[in-house]
Amino acid sequence: MESITGIEIYPLISLLIFFTFFVILFWWVFTAKKEYIQKVSNLPLEDNIKL
Amino acid sequence: MEMQQFYYDNKIVKKFIYATLLWGIVGFSVGLLLAFMFLFPNITDGISWLSFGRLRPLHTNAVIFAFVGNAIFAGVYYSLQRLLKTRMASNFLSNFNFWGWQLIIVAAAITLPLGYTSSKEYAELEWPIDIAIALVWVAFGANMIWTILRRRQRHLYVAVWFYLATFVTVAVLHIFNSLALPVGALKSYSVYAGVQDALVQWWYGHNAVAFFLTTPFLGLMYYFVPKAANRPVYSYKLSIVHFWSLIFIYIWAGPHHLLYTSLPGWAQSLGVAFSVMLIAPSWGGMINGLLTLRGAWDKVRTDPVLKFMVVAITGYGMATFEGPMLSLKNVNAIAHFSDWIIAHVHVGALAWNGFLTFGMLYWLIPRMFKTKLYSTKLANFHFWIGTLGIVMYALPMYVAGFVQASMWKQFSPDGTLTYGNFLETVNEIIPMYWMRAIGGSLFILGAIVMLYNVVKTVKSGTGVTDELAEAPALQRVSKYRQKGEGYHTWLERKPVKLTIYATVAILIGGAIQIIPTLLVKSNIPTITSVKPYTPLELEGRDLYIREGCVGCHSQMVRPFRSEVERYGEYAKAGEFVYDHPFLWGSKRTGPDLLRVGGKYSDNWHLNHMYDPQSTSSGSIMPAYQWLIRNELDKSSTEAKMRAMVALGVPYTDEDIANAQNSMDKQGQKIQENLYSDPDFATSYEADKKYAAENGKTFVEMKNREIVALIAYLQRLGTDIKLKDVQEQLTQN
Repeated sequence: MESITGIEIYPLISLLIFFTFFVILFWWVFTAKKEYIQKVSNLPLEDNIKL
Repeated sequence: MEMQQFYYDNKIVKKFIYATLLWGIVGFSVGLLLAFMFLFPNITDGISWLSFGRLRPLHTNAVIFAFVGNAIFAGVYYSLQRLLKTRMASNFLSNFNFWGWQLIIVAAAITLPLGYTSSKEYAELEWPIDIAIALVWVAFGANMIWTILRRRQRHLYVAVWFYLATFVTVAVLHIFNSLALPVGALKSYSVYAGVQDALVQWWYGHNAVAFFLTTPFLGLMYYFVPKAANRPVYSYKLSIVHFWSLIFIYIWAGPHHLLYTSLPGWAQSLGVAFSVMLIAPSWGGMINGLLTLRGAWDKVRTDPVLKFMVVAITGYGMATFEGPMLSLKNVNAIAHFSDWIIAHVHVGALAWNGFLTFGMLYWLIPRMFKTKLYSTKLANFHFWIGTLGIVMYALPMYVAGFVQASMWKQFSPDGTLTYGNFLETVNEIIPMYWMRAIGGSLFILGAIVMLYNVVKTVKSGTGVTDELAEAPALQRVSKYRQKGEGYHTWLERKPVKLTIYATVAILIGGAIQIIPTLLVKSNIPTITSVKPYTPLELEGRDLYIREGCVGCHSQMVRPFRSEVERYGEYAKAGEFVYDHPFLWGSKRTGPDLLRVGGKYSDNWHLNHMYDPQSTSSGSIMPAYQWLIRNELDKSSTEAKMRAMVALGVPYTDEDIANAQNSMDKQGQKIQENLYSDPDFATSYEADKKYAAENGKTFVEMKNREIVALIAYLQRLGTDIKLKDVQEQLTQN
């Protein structure tokens, strides 16, 4: 292959993927429910060991 | 709600803990031996399997895959079961993982010193071991995913995501970088050549750091730091952003290992841009780890576990600030090939990986053996001596790096290099190498104190048993998103989907960089004068690979005035098209060798290999006398050439049929050249006579290994002449 035709579109696609990726990520994080976050972040502290 | 009882598998954790301790001490000790070889180059004189070039990969592999690897498995097997409220799915797979991994380590400890190496950094192991690694790794991943499917806790805690990403990415990296064509039981050639091999290798190398030394340890951090501090992670939201942005960005950063090399400029720029971006998620993670200790800082003053963790996370922060800085082209121009990089990796390895492992072990072992730590005082002593060791190691290496860069690049007013002799730099930094060896010794001393403390603790405790635990069974819910359920919340209970998305995230970067470099011709302009190696040179190159010369000598002249002046014309992408594997190297303990061909006489090379200090006063290169004694094994030359043909090197059938003849002729010529030194002629003739008189077999010089190595070294960089390049440039 000598070159890839239409290579110019690649940077644009990359930028779009990036932008969308981080927008969705932050959108989720900021809208996450507080109780849920609380519950999940306490998971390591539960051991369920029966003594 | 129905409660179910089950047992956590603690025995597998115990096994991995013991393996971590054992291989840790081994890996550090080999490193210390290497550190002393900078001061006493001939400390293992004449023992080929204890020579620097062969031990260096043993050290890196032992620390990365044996010490850190076993620590990962210990931590993952402990935390995964508890986070998912279930026992590991398969005892068989757990044990297969353990014994398989130890067997691989033993295989590495035998083959690397014997010179069986692919020469690709952190991927040196030969193809049968590579296959074993893939199998054991898949067993680990299968066991993990199977366990996740049998969990009693619907939501996957962030640590588990890090474990999953580790599993899939390491699998992808290992398989693609290890693709090679075998030519014997323990010999193979990389399917990629030159620039392409370099790109794939550093995509692997950088992400081995990312996904073997970082993501699993971040998972461990997110589990064990909250455990030790007895409070939840500072911000769970931050951990989500941390996870996705880290894995998404990390995978692109590999080309920063190849700045100013013959790699196409666009790939270098991508590597720089993403490396700079990496600082955001890395520091987000560091801050999240440190702030987990909010309100618990008083405990840090007394609890050695937390002390180790704080220094570990701080080390992570330092290394991940330094990484992006080193990826800037102007900083990289100074730091690359110098001891600065050695300082950088050891801040990561000793502080981040070492100290987090130590903290985890001090927390884990008393709990596993149901007892108290034998001595908190000794643990504190370990902490302080270890910290001092890291500082004593890293600081002198930073100084050494700056000294090297400044001296290498210094010009006199008349336009010549001020320190034209490479050894002037080497001699200048010997005191730094001394301090480094002392720092390393302190770190090991700390580890030995820990070993003693652990043995005492284990003796005072009771045997490790599988703990009984109780949790409600998981209620079945629809696989679809429920009303009011957020997207990511839903994704977090779908482990397979989560894994697939994480895989997609890591594949994008690799694909965009690697596929065009492999496919588009214009990235590697061909040079017509570049020809394949002769059979003897090919054999010599394999000796260069066997002895690990690449550990100290680069073959990559960067386009700087100082390097062109010192070494010759800068490297062109088209020069490496027949190099399976590439041998650009990453460290200049000795000078670059890309244009060494024709620079010295054949005799000089022979004398230099026999006694480096005799030709180069003050050199810290060890002697390679066995090369001068050993007979060259020419039995598989034809097979090697055929393998090269399969990989695209244009040897003709005639070339291959004529290989033995060609090697004999080229060897004969070098042998004749060697006779020009009267000292050589006298001692060589005397040896020959002695052998004849005593009925011993005598191997002619032309059939010995040294001749092949000389042939290779004399060929290096001679395909293009500066004159030709200038002509080509003016024509354009």
